[in-house]
Amino acid sequence: MSNSKVKIILNGLITENPIFVLILGMCPTLATTSSAINGFSMGLATSFVLIGSNVAISLLKNLIPDKVRIPAYVVVIATFVTVVEMLMQAYLPALFESLGIFIPLIVVNCIVLGRAEAFASKNSVIDSSLDGIGIGLGFTFALTLLGIVRELLGTGKIFSLSVLPEKYGMLVFVLAPGAFIALAYLIAIMNKIRKA
Amino acid sequence: MGRYVRMAKLTSSFKNMVISLLSITVFSALTLGSVYTLTKEPIEKSKTAKLQKALKEVLPTFEHLDTAIKVPVNNVDTLNVYKAYDKNNVFVGAAVEANSKNGFGGEIKIMIGFDKEGNIINYSVLEQKETPGLGTKMVDWFKMSNTKHDIRGKNPAKHRLLVSKDGGEIDAITAATISSRAFLEAVNKAYQAYANNPKAPKTHDVSSGASNIN
Repeated sequence: MSNSKVKIILNGLITENPIFVLILGMCPTLATTSSAINGFSMGLATSFVLIGSNVAISLLKNLIPDKVRIPAYVVVIATFVTVVEMLMQAYLPALFESLGIFIPLIVVNCIVLGRAEAFASKNSVIDSSLDGIGIGLGFTFALTLLGIVRELLGTGKIFSLSVLPEKYGMLVFVLAPGAFIALAYLIAIMNKIRKA
Repeated sequence: MGRYVRMAKLTSSFKNMVISLLSITVFSALTLGSVYTLTKEPIEKSKTAKLQKALKEVLPTFEHLDTAIKVPVNNVDTLNVYKAYDKNNVFVGAAVEANSKNGFGGEIKIMIGFDKEGNIINYSVLEQKETPGLGTKMVDWFKMSNTKHDIRGKNPAKHRLLVSKDGGEIDAITAATISSRAFLEAVNKAYQAYANNPKAPKTHDVSSGASNIN
């Protein structure tokens, strides 16, 4: 893989990490990361949609007139999301149960539309799919990390495995305020690391 | 990107816009239609499997089940009651699919089994959107042995199945009173459905087995 291709992936993972740098898609980020496994699966589902929509939009970019590009993108994205939803419900019912209500929200996840508009509509299919992979990995990494922190501090577990006795759990981290606190600290730490 | 021969972008004329959007939506509809057909059966199967598993969990050993009977409760809801019979066609108990809309995160659906005297055998939470780490504990909180919140073996006709704050006999989940209230509301509703339902076992047609559950 040439250097520029690696750069596209690293860009999504680190330089333009959607959560820690672009601060995009906060709604699913805060809502689904109450446990590590939920954050991880939400990340994967979004990545699938992201890669699919990036490839499709990059293929169609010359066939979509500028004035109707946003509705066209939204239809493409919504199609991928619905496909994910149905496949998940059919083959991963347990996961669908815990994430079910957040899956339709991927449609309005601004990361997906943002990448379609900012990257896929201007670049080749291969580059767009790599961008999808990079941003998807970055999103999954961020959500999993946030999930791990919240689950550990909130319940003393990581991926449902007990690490600390449950009585040390600080419940607030499982709830919404804890999501904001944990996210803010993670962003601060990431900023420190990136600038060092 | 110079090596890609770029096709000229379609101009935003009215005709182009209509054609472009129309073809994208038609294509999406076709894709969704085929995925729907493809996943319809597995989705149905996983739902039935879940129901079957819940029924097995909450009922005593049974040979066959009646198809669901719809029993009205408090003039608002209709609950599904599944009556179970042993191999001699004797009524052994019934499972009730009950719900409560007063959960902390929305609707809670449970499956709960009663023996023929109306004692609770076991329960299984089918659907809930409670707060993780709090309300979600209901999945096993009310069946922990030797606690003041074990509802198994209790008969809602003889025991007050309410949280202790409301003057009942059951300890609520720590820091999740609302979820506990909603859960117990569903339990009491289920018992009403069980009690309203004609208890005398009807002559049972053996050919209609457990496969008829819908």
